[in-house]
Amino acid sequence: MKRRNKMILVLSLLGVCLIAALFLGSAFGAVSIPMSDIGKMTLNKTAIFDFPTTWTAAEETIIFQIRMPRVIGGALVGMALATAGVLFQGLLRNPMADPYIIGTSAGAALGATIAMMLPISLAFLGFGLVPVAAFIGAVGTVFLVYNLARVGGKTPIISMLLAGVVVSALMASIMALLITISDRLHLSLQSVYSYLLGHISVTGWEQLAVIAPLVVGGAIFARFFAFHLNALSLGEEGAAYVGVNVERDKIVILVLGSLLTAAAVSISGLIGFVGLVVPHAMRLSFGPDHRLLLPAAALGGGAFVIIADLIARTVMAPAEIPVGVITAIIGAPFFLYLLRRTRKEYAF
Amino acid sequence: MIGLQINQVDFSYFDGLVLEDINLSVKAGEMVGLLGPNGSGKSTLIKLASGILKPKRGEIRLDGNHITSLSRRFIASNVAVVPQQFHIPFAFTVSEVVMLGRTPFFRALADESEDDRQVVDNSLELVGIEELAERRFDELSGGERQKVILAMALAQQPKLLLLDEPTVHLDIAHQMEILELVRELNMGRGLTVVAAMHDLNQAALYFDRLILLKEGRVWADGTPQEVLTEVGISEVFAASVRVELHPLTGAPHIVVMPRVKATKPH
Repeated sequence: MKRRNKMILVLSLLGVCLIAALFLGSAFGAVSIPMSDIGKMTLNKTAIFDFPTTWTAAEETIIFQIRMPRVIGGALVGMALATAGVLFQGLLRNPMADPYIIGTSAGAALGATIAMMLPISLAFLGFGLVPVAAFIGAVGTVFLVYNLARVGGKTPIISMLLAGVVVSALMASIMALLITISDRLHLSLQSVYSYLLGHISVTGWEQLAVIAPLVVGGAIFARFFAFHLNALSLGEEGAAYVGVNVERDKIVILVLGSLLTAAAVSISGLIGFVGLVVPHAMRLSFGPDHRLLLPAAALGGGAFVIIADLIARTVMAPAEIPVGVITAIIGAPFFLYLLRRTRKEYAF
Repeated sequence: MIGLQINQVDFSYFDGLVLEDINLSVKAGEMVGLLGPNGSGKSTLIKLASGILKPKRGEIRLDGNHITSLSRRFIASNVAVVPQQFHIPFAFTVSEVVMLGRTPFFRALADESEDDRQVVDNSLELVGIEELAERRFDELSGGERQKVILAMALAQQPKLLLLDEPTVHLDIAHQMEILELVRELNMGRGLTVVAAMHDLNQAALYFDRLILLKEGRVWADGTPQEVLTEVGISEVFAASVRVELHPLTGAPHIVVMPRVKATKPH
């Protein structure tokens, strides 16, 4: 019962944080809109309530067409990256693991850069060529790494990490080459740079309708593997001894983590730090049990990215700071505070 | 209770056989020790019996069933393994680690049941580490950790317990505690035990039956008196030894004869 109560308490708390972040993120920007108005106009949309309109039509457009899609997009990005971070750290038993560790980031970056060079425009489910190419690049790279690391019916973790590092390095150098000759390729360095630092670009609800089921569904599906992730902390052999089909779980967790990451990078570029630090922060605060850790990281990650994005677009308005810069600037001191605060040695 | 049959098994990791033509039958309720020099195939045999390695030739049966036809979950609810040591990277508490032994009985999203908690408490009590329940696993001593791992194995409620040199990193007090506990479980509850052992004298004290391996083959199989002979040990371990029945324990006692005197002559 004790564990159950803790779980309910922690998740309610983080749930409240996420909802508060959604409202805060919607309220502030070039024009501030009172949160009470945001609440009322949202409730009016349900057709059950009918509050008198105390706001302008322009304000309503700003909320529903610009801010909410972006804020919800931020929440989904944070949720996806933090969940994928927990999955990869648990599977690889590596504290340095993050959603990008086995090549998703390099693959996505290369995919996006190539797309930026191509003189084609395309719209697929509301997505342009760049997000689609980033998604394909991320998933394709993990597929490549997994198969390169596979020997004799098994995929040892160490081989996978090494193959990931090497494939990432290869792709990074191709990127560097493309950037060097960017003027010949009509490649805008500005857009490549913006992609690499992370920038949440949601153009409307249509994109969210694709990303949201993938991310929310993925985060819920991940929870099915909580027991097995706990068992995997015994190592591959140890997990097998307590009944885990390790090779099967490895594929499922890898595919799930990569899809979540690919979904995130397709609308946000490479936001660093979230997938590495949110899982650690949650583990330091609430313990290593994946039954709590997975949903806690999803909620916490969502709130964190919304707030980071809010800061990114308001502090130097009208200029926007890349959100990846903010996640590190506010995430690093917070994480260091947590790390220093725990009197015991952080076990990983 | 569960029996184990190993029939005509060959095994190799890459090239060169690690185990060759192994034929063994362990009856339910037996306590069997595997002995042999480093690299003789003891650990590999334990891994084959646990189903995590597949033989290159031959078959392994648990209670008559081909081990390759059984799911990991089914094997884990009948067979538990205690390795030399586990490294657990996260800050799990002792009772959380022991609860990992219940993994084969969990259903995806369901919570652990009252039953599972009861089994965990009983396992802690059996091993005598109830007072460690809320301590962090990574802060325990090596001996305490190994007891936790044994409790985790017992939480699987196994019928067959496999141990791979379970005492190799422990001090003598912990070595004895672990072996006596396993022996009690074997005698009191009929738990079938197969253990790879590195200490010949301990093996002589606690096991009914010993199997001596040399270069991947069974060299001798029988009671401690039958297996632990001067000729046998000298041949298999390439060491010069004397064997006598110890006056206090009645078990064979092996003394390694030094080639160099430890004390300098005057």
